[in-house]
Order: sequence, then structure tokens, then C-alpha cells
Amino acid sequence: MTAELRLSRSELWQPNRNKNKLVENTVKAITAAFAFVSVIATFGIVLTLIVETIHFFGVVSPLRFISETRWTPLFSSAQFGIIVLISATLRTAGIAILVALPLGLLSAICLSEYAGVRVRKILKPLLEILAGIPTVVFGYFALTLVTPQLLQPLIPGLSGLNALSAGLVLGLAIMPLVTSLSEDAIYAVPRSLRDGAYALGATKRETIIAVVLPAALSGIVSSLILAVSRAIGETMIVTLAAGQTPNLGIDPTVAVLTMTAYIVQIFKGDAPAGSIAYLSAYAVGMTLFVMTLLLNIFSFWFVRRFREKYE
Amino acid sequence: MDSNTPLPNGTSEVVLRAKKLNVYYGSNRAVRDVDLDISENTVVAFIGPSGCGKSTVLRCFNRMNDLIAAARVEGSITFRDDDIYAPNVDAVELRSRIGMVFQRPNPFPKSIYENIAFGARINGYKGNMDELVEQSLRKAALWDEVKDKLKQSGLALSGGQQQRLCIARAIAISPEVILMDEPCSALDPISTLKVEELIQELKQQYTIIIVTHNMQQASRVSDHTAFYNAEATEKGNKIGYLVEYDRTEVIFQNPAQQKTQEYISGRFG
Ligand SMILES: Nc1ncnc2c1ncn2[C@@H]1O[C@H](COP(=O)(O)OP(=O)(O)O)[C@@H](O)[C@H]1O
Ligand SMILES: [Mg+2]
Repeated sequence: MTAELRLSRSELWQPNRNKNKLVENTVKAITAAFAFVSVIATFGIVLTLIVETIHFFGVVSPLRFISETRWTPLFSSAQFGIIVLISATLRTAGIAILVALPLGLLSAICLSEYAGVRVRKILKPLLEILAGIPTVVFGYFALTLVTPQLLQPLIPGLSGLNALSAGLVLGLAIMPLVTSLSEDAIYAVPRSLRDGAYALGATKRETIIAVVLPAALSGIVSSLILAVSRAIGETMIVTLAAGQTPNLGIDPTVAVLTMTAYIVQIFKGDAPAGSIAYLSAYAVGMTLFVMTLLLNIFSFWFVRRFREKYE
Repeated sequence: MDSNTPLPNGTSEVVLRAKKLNVYYGSNRAVRDVDLDISENTVVAFIGPSGCGKSTVLRCFNRMNDLIAAARVEGSITFRDDDIYAPNVDAVELRSRIGMVFQRPNPFPKSIYENIAFGARINGYKGNMDELVEQSLRKAALWDEVKDKLKQSGLALSGGQQQRLCIARAIAISPEVILMDEPCSALDPISTLKVEELIQELKQQYTIIIVTHNMQQASRVSDHTAFYNAEATEKGNKIGYLVEYDRTEVIFQNPAQQKTQEYISGRFG
């Protein structure tokens, strides 16, 4: 019947198939070109890192890189113990996660489960503003306010540049990320699951802890891992507030030199281009890249393994 | 028989009694003036066209409507003579005595074992958990199918098995009443049959209210049937009301109301 209708008025239906195809192909080509640009850029960056890192390891053996315990690339008896920089990054990032995880998760729970419409309307934009503050401002805040006004009165002898202050403020900076991604994960837990728990006589708290959070676990973990990647890759706050002093150990009250801060230090002009110290920045960058990559692979695996499928 | 006869059969004890029940969503009245008595150890079916308020009335009995911000309940519901909407009644406690099975199976994303242990644990069960899990799964006619994989996720089961897991989970906390909202509507015919057989079994111990839009199902499993219908208001929305409530064979063979007759013979709307 439809076909008859079409045939009987066929002069009204004259699709221009050739033109459609042309438009289609043009759009395809444009999008492919853009996709290609990002692929090329990624390859270019990784390639540079690899080439310069190989140069570096031609001079300094990888064994020295992982076994030495001092980081003194500019000294005449240079040492390249990456563990020194890693220990600094772990301190700032670790403190940041200790701040961002509980704060972020609690505010996500509060926003999605407890807050009324009005509280949400105030809290959400506030978090977005927090997320939008440039990290250099956070760094300045850590250096000029948190350290002297808040921490030094509490911890006598705290150095003016220290991992603690940088870590705390870094935690604040990445908290909105944890909140917003965890909230998405919590929000995605279907209502029917909550109803199932309530119908068994569960209180709100029991429902959240025993049903909602476990169901949202894969999303929460991937938000956490993204936050960790952010924390170890963050540069401005640690450069400004944690210092430039290579310092191996776990003490967060001293000035430390993180991996990112070292890279800044080198490319800011502390080392002549082509020198071994200059090359070492690439090896440090490579180490950062590998750490982040491993985290992402873990996150990918975890989410695939633990994501619950709901219809 | 009078159209709003609350109690079709005066022999057994009344467990739940709705009086002048009106439910509103925001300013819309969804259900008006329902009077209904549910007697002990019976299966009561709620039938009627969709949107006439069957689920809404059902959710009043365990106060699940409390969780819907816009919902408001007027009138009274008594559970063994206690008003369940009285200010001193804890809805959480009430729900542990009046269980519920939902339209779509909604097992928790936990192991089969944990799905059942969860309710028991939050309700302070102090006995042997393994035994309780086994017993509940047996009662729900699921034990033989899952006894070797209790550690597996409940979500890995088939739809019919998931629904029986949800029934097992509801039984595990020893409720007095089980509310079922179209428990078979998402299931295949064989699973449906299994759940229906199960309802027949459970009737010995529990009072069951089941919403269904399948009239054969209502006539197969229920002792009493309540027929709801909806009528349009001048504002344009629909209000559900209880047309007739009687023994199931009366409703299906000799209903008092014209509307009921039309509905069960498929001449509706
Ligand atoms: N959560 C809700 N919010 C607002 N209106 C609702 C809600 N649930 C049901 N209703 C309305 O109440 C009426 C009865 O719905 P329901 O009880 O689900 O009917 P039934 O189960 O008989 O199909 C419908 O008009 C429906 O739109
Ligand atoms: Mg319904």
C-alpha cells in the first residue's frame, strides 16, 4: 500500500543520491583528518620521549637510574636515583588522595543521596568553580596561606616549602573530579536496586553502604584512578609549594622535588640543552608516562572486570 | 453484593485493612476511597487496566510510597489493628514484616548467598546463616538450581531464577505478608508457571497480595480478587478506584458489577 502511494506520486520523491554520497564522504574525510591529528600528536610525543630517553640511558645505565639513592644531575659526580623523585611525587599525591577520596566520595554521596534540590543547587556550582580554578592559584594559596597561616603554627619547624601543604591543596584541587565522577557512578545505580533494599527493611544508610556503593564500585574506582593520575601529573602546585630539593624518604614536612617539578626546573633553563641533566628530564617524563599508563590499564581492567550490567 | 464489600469471607483473621484510602501524586489524586480487607493466609489478586492504581495501592501497604517525594496517602491502613501510618510507626520496621517482590527482578549485584543474607543481617538475624539461605532458596524452589554456585553473582541467573531469588530474599526475613507487583510480567511462560506454583506453596505460611494484568493468572493463583478501574475526571487525569472485591470465582463467573463483567470478558475500553 505504501509502495503504491509512493509510485503514484513519484514525481514528488526525487532523492539526490549522488549529492548525499558526496556530503557523506566529505564529512567522513574531515572527521578522519581530525582523528588522525590526535593520533599523530600522541605518537609524536611518545616518540620524542622514547628517543630522548634512549639517549639518556646510553649515558646513564637503567640500573643506576633505579638503584641510586640520590638525585644530583647537576653535580660533577652526578647521581640519577629516580626513587628520590618518585618518593616526592608519592608523598604529594598520596596526601592529595587522602584528602580527595574521603571528601570527594562523601560529597558525592551527600549530593546524590541526601541533598535536597536547594542544597544541590548551591553545592554543584561551587564544586564546578573549585574545579575551574587554575592550579597556579592553588599553588599560590598553598605557599602563602596554608603553609604559613595554617600548618606552621600547628607543626613547629615545618619548612616553608613542604610536601604536606602541596599535597593538602592538591587534594582540594582534584576533589571536584572525584566528586563529579563518583556522583555519576552513584547516580547510575538503578532505583530498583535501592527499592529492593528498602523493601527488605534496610535503612537509608544500610542501603547506601551495602547496595549503592558496591554497585557503583567500578565507577568510583575509575574516578579514583583518574584522580591519582591527575595528582602525580600535577605540576604547578608542587612546583610552587613543595620546593625543589631532592629528598628521599617518607617525611612530608620537608621540601621535596617531585618528578613534574624537576622537569619544570630543567626546561626553565637550569641545564644546557643536550646535556645529560637535560636528557634526564625526558627519562623522568617517560617514568611519569609509564606510571600513568599502568594506572589507566589497571583502571580499564578493573572496570571491565567489576562493572555490573543492568538492563 | 455491594460494590465496596471490604471482606468477602468473614472466617479468617484480617491482616491488612484499608479504609477510605486516597493516594495523591502532587495535586493529582491517583486512587480514591479504597476500602479493602485482606485476610490471613489468602492470596489476593489485584486486577484492572494499567494506570488504575494497583501498584499505588500495593505500595501503600509497606509504605514504599514514602520514598516517592510527591506521593501522599490519606485514609488509614491497619496491619493487625495497628495504624501503619501512625507517627510512631517506623516504616523501616514495617517493611521487614511486609515483604515485596517487584515487577522486574532486581537482585543485588552480589553473590546469590549474599542476596539472601543481606536482609537477614540488617534485620539482626542471629541464627545459622547457611541454614537460612538454604531454607529460603528451597522455599523459593531455587535451591536445586543454584546450590553449587552460591558464590556466583545473582545477576548471572536467568530472569526467572532472578525473580525466584528475589522471592527467596523476601521470604528470608520471615515477613507476614508478601506483596508482589506483577512478578511474572518480565518472565517467560515456564518461569511464570514456576512462580505461580511457588505462590500456591507460600500461601500456607504467608498472606500474599499479587498485582497482575493476566486474568488467567489471577484465577489460577488467587482466593480473592479485587478489580480496579479508572475513570476520567473533569480535569482530564484519571482516578483509580476499587470496583469490586470478592472471592475469585465470583469475580470471574458471576461478578456483581457490569464493569467487572466487561473487563473479564475482554470487552473493555
Ligand atoms: N511515582 C509516581 N509519580 C507520579 N505519578 C505516579 C507515580 N506512580 C504512579 N503514578 C500515577 O498514578 C496512577 C496509577 O499508577 P499505578 O499505580 O502505577 O497503576 P497500575 O499499577 O494499576 O498500572 C497513574 O496515573 C500513574 O501515572
Ligand atoms: Mg503497576
